[in-house]
Parts: sequence; C-alpha cells; structure tokens
Amino acid sequence: MTQLALVIDLNVCVGCHACVTSCKEWNTSGSAGPLCDERPYQADPTGTFFNRVQTFEVGHYPHSETLHFPKSCLHCEDPPCVPVCPTGASYKREEDGIVLVDYDKCIGCKYCTWACPYGAREFDEKQKVMKKCTLCVDRIYDQSLAEIDRKPSCVKACPTSARLFGDIHDPESAVSQAIREDGGYALMPEWGTHPANHYLPRRKTKLNIHNDELERADNPLKVDGQLPKPGKGEPSMDDVSAW
Amino acid sequence: MKPAFSVIFLTTLLGTGQGLFLALFTHQSYALFGLLPPQADSFYGYGSALALLFLAGGLVASFFHLGRPERAWRSAAQWRTSWLSREVIALPAFMGILFMYGASHLSGLDPVLVTLPGGLNINATFILGGIATALAFALFVCTAMIYACLRFLREWHSPLTVINYILLGSASGFTLAAVFSGIVAPSQTNFFGGWAIIITLLAFAGRSASLLRNARLKPKSTMQTAIGIKHPHIVQMSQGAMGGSFNTREFFHAKSATFLRAIKPTFLLLAFVIPLVLLALGMFTPALLGVAFILQYIGLLAERWFFFAEAKHPQNLYYQWRS
Repeated sequence: MTQLALVIDLNVCVGCHACVTSCKEWNTSGSAGPLCDERPYQADPTGTFFNRVQTFEVGHYPHSETLHFPKSCLHCEDPPCVPVCPTGASYKREEDGIVLVDYDKCIGCKYCTWACPYGAREFDEKQKVMKKCTLCVDRIYDQSLAEIDRKPSCVKACPTSARLFGDIHDPESAVSQAIREDGGYALMPEWGTHPANHYLPRRKTKLNIHNDELERADNPLKVDGQLPKPGKGEPSMDDVSAW
Repeated sequence: MKPAFSVIFLTTLLGTGQGLFLALFTHQSYALFGLLPPQADSFYGYGSALALLFLAGGLVASFFHLGRPERAWRSAAQWRTSWLSREVIALPAFMGILFMYGASHLSGLDPVLVTLPGGLNINATFILGGIATALAFALFVCTAMIYACLRFLREWHSPLTVINYILLGSASGFTLAAVFSGIVAPSQTNFFGGWAIIITLLAFAGRSASLLRNARLKPKSTMQTAIGIKHPHIVQMSQGAMGGSFNTREFFHAKSATFLRAIKPTFLLLAFVIPLVLLALGMFTPALLGVAFILQYIGLLAERWFFFAEAKHPQNLYYQWRS
C-alpha cells in the first residue's frame, strides 16, 4: 500500500515561507475554489492556509538556536479526524493514504478539528467548510505536467530542498531512506496517530581533528628524516625512567 | 477550547428535556405498581409536550453550530464510527417516540397490550415510555461520548463525562418536573422534588469528582513532543500568522484566568448548592421551585461553559503567542 508523505528537514529549513505562499497560490487557484481570506489588507488579516511556518527559539541565549518549523496536515496513517466526521466528508484515500475533505459534503461542524491534536485543519470562514492540506492531489497526478513538476507545490517551491515528497511505504524511496538514515521522527508519537509526514532533526556537523592528524604521517619529505642523535653526555633512557 | 453558545444551549436544553421525560415516566412506573396515585393522562401528555419543547430548542440551537446547516441531513451517515452521527440519529428517534408517548396519553389511544400474571395491565404508553427511556439514555451517552471519545482532550476523556451528562441533565429535568407538577398536580410535587434533590446531590458529587480529577491532570503532550526537539527550554517566536488564524480562535476561550477561576464556584453554587436549598424549601413553599429551576439552568449554562473552557487542546502548544 502506498502512503504519500512529506519529509521536512529542519536542519535545512531557513524559514523563508516560500512553501506557505506557494501552497496558498496553488490551492487558492484550483477547481476546489479559493482559500478565503478576511481583511487581507487591514490591520488584522486572517485567512485559510494549508501550511504554516512557525519559529521557535531553543535554549537560552547565547546557547540558543532558532528553529523554523513548517507545519501542515501530517496525513496520519491512523487519522483520528476521519472516524469522528458525521457525514463522511473527511476520508483517507486507500490508494495513496492522503487524508482529504469533500467540500461538498462537509457541514462545517468543526468536530474534526477537535479530534486533531496537531491543529492541522483550518475552517474556511467564508465557504463554511473545513479545509486542509491535500498534498496537492490535483497536481501530483496531473499528466499534463512534466513529471518533475508532479510534486506538491510546497516541495517545488522550497529553495533549500528541505521538503522531500514520496511514498514512505516504499523502502527504496528517497523519503524512506531519509527517515531511516537521518533520524526521521513523527510529531506527538504519544497519541498513536502514526503521522505519515516525518521531520528530520537538527544535526551538528562537527569536524573532529586530532593533533596527530595535522601533519601527514606519511609525508614523503619526512619518511626518510632521522631523529637527531642525543649527545654523548646527555642522559640515556635508563637515567630518566624508573623501570 | 472556545465554548460555543450553540453547543452550550444544545446540551443543556436536551438534558432538561430528557430529564423531564425520565421524571414523568418514573412517576408513571411508580403509579403502575401502585406506589403513587396515578395521574390524569393530561399530566403525562402536557409534560411530554413541555419536554419536546426543550428538545426542539436544543435541536434549533444545534443548527447554529453548523457552517452549512442545509447539509445537516448528511450527518446521520457515519453512525458506525462517529458519536456525533449517532447523536443525530438518537435525538429525532427519541423525540419521535416521546411524541407518540405524549400523543397516546393525550388522545386516550392507550390500549392494554399485555396483562402480567399478577393482574398488572401494561398499556401502550408504558411500552412507548420504556422505549423512550432507553432512547433518552442512548442520547445522553451519545452526547457525552462526542466529548469523552476525544483522547487528546484529557479533561473530557473519562467515564465521568458520561455519568455527569446523565446526572446533570436528569437533575434539571427532575427540577423542572417538580415545577410542572407544582402547577398541574400539586400532590405529586414532593415526589419529583425529592428525586430532584437526590439527583442534584449525585450530580454535585459527580461534577466535583471530575473537577478534582482534571485539577490533577498532567499534560501528555509537551513542547518537546510537539516539535520533536529534546530541549527543556523552547519558546515560540512566531506562529506563522500575525493576525490570528482559525487555530487561535477555535481553541482558546479568550477569557482571563481570573474569570475562569470565578466561574467555577459560580456554577457550583448556581447549579447545585442554591437549587438544593430551594428544592428543600420548595417542599413547603412550591413557588420557590420555579426559582430553583431557573437558577439551576443558568448554573448549568455556566457549568457547560466551564466544561469547554477547561479543556486544553494539545494543538495550543503550536499557538502560544495568540496575538
């Protein structure tokens, strides 16, 4: 079974919000209708987004790090938001594991958001239905696009390639390798939701150089070099050691 | 969580309606076995009509919670998995049987269906009342399980939630039954008043137990599990939107901690302590029963507001700056 997902490398993300704007642009222009905004040019603009980048400071200054944290629907393998939906508008696709909302069936009761511990769903205040990341389902299967473009909009937009997209059930896929080899982890594992999206941790790349590595032991200029002989009157090994 | 007034009125009005019917049918059951003098059919009939009025009020309130009320009919589809869907089925089923129960009393179409060996006659209204009782409890369980089944909201995820919905709804319903019988059948007032006192005491105990339980809850999700960084000190610098989002509106009650602290003793007084005193005094001065019901209902509105406001959703970890 296929489970499409994003793997987000927190070590690489620079917090530029390109994925946010690109997601908004693609998904507000699609056949499913706009992602509505309210008061977009006024003091307190608000709107519907599938994807947000948040920023956290970890540690105390000066021993602190800024962490940019892109956050969207995790397409859980056991999604708690789906069984609570009274109409069946929320569903998880068998064929690729994407969790979707049927905007034509949603009654806007918001019960699914209560059941999602990640706050991944956002209510569209104008269309009065629940919205969430679709993994650009209208794009990744679009045969009219070049194959390289059949990826979620956020993945295409990321300037640092912090976002990987693929099937996490295929052990050979790039996302599976990244999760396996670079310590991919899931958010809030305590709830047993088995999020499909994974995050790669911050990693320190340190170069450990020992003193004896500063000079090449096999430096050809030194191979033949002789240590200077001690003088006749200097103490020998027997004089200075206690053995 | 942000307490939605539609849901506050929905749950309290339904509870009162269910409780009132249960009170009426309890009386009818006592009367069947000769423990109480049987009342005229109109007593049960008009009582059922009053209960239906409350249930209809709750039903109307529920529509204000929906973004797309015109699609509400779809919500019965997922009864296999969703408690909300089950409630959507249980409510009209209960109202339908309750209507038949009341109509059967009022129209006099109440044939004896079964005669038990002891010579007891089981009427149609008794069978209908039995079915309606089962449905009333099913509706209580469905309503409460909508909240109790959400394992992330640990304040709700407890059998106490179900017990309290049953007890709180029944308490207000029996109090209303005492008011109703005070007007229509004064001789029976003390029966309903007595039960109202017992159930209000039980509800007081149940709600206090859940308050104590919730005060000792430790959150399972932390900032560390939310973003997966194992560091004891994590501070949110930006939440991805400056003007707020659905997440900052739906999951915060937006009232001060002082307000939250004040509402708890308020609802404990209004929903339990004062009605208990007034119900006891109402044994002698029935006029106080009406005051008891109104104050208890207001107390239950406050109780329900607190029930929602008290629940802390784990998504709030991602929205610590609510600017």
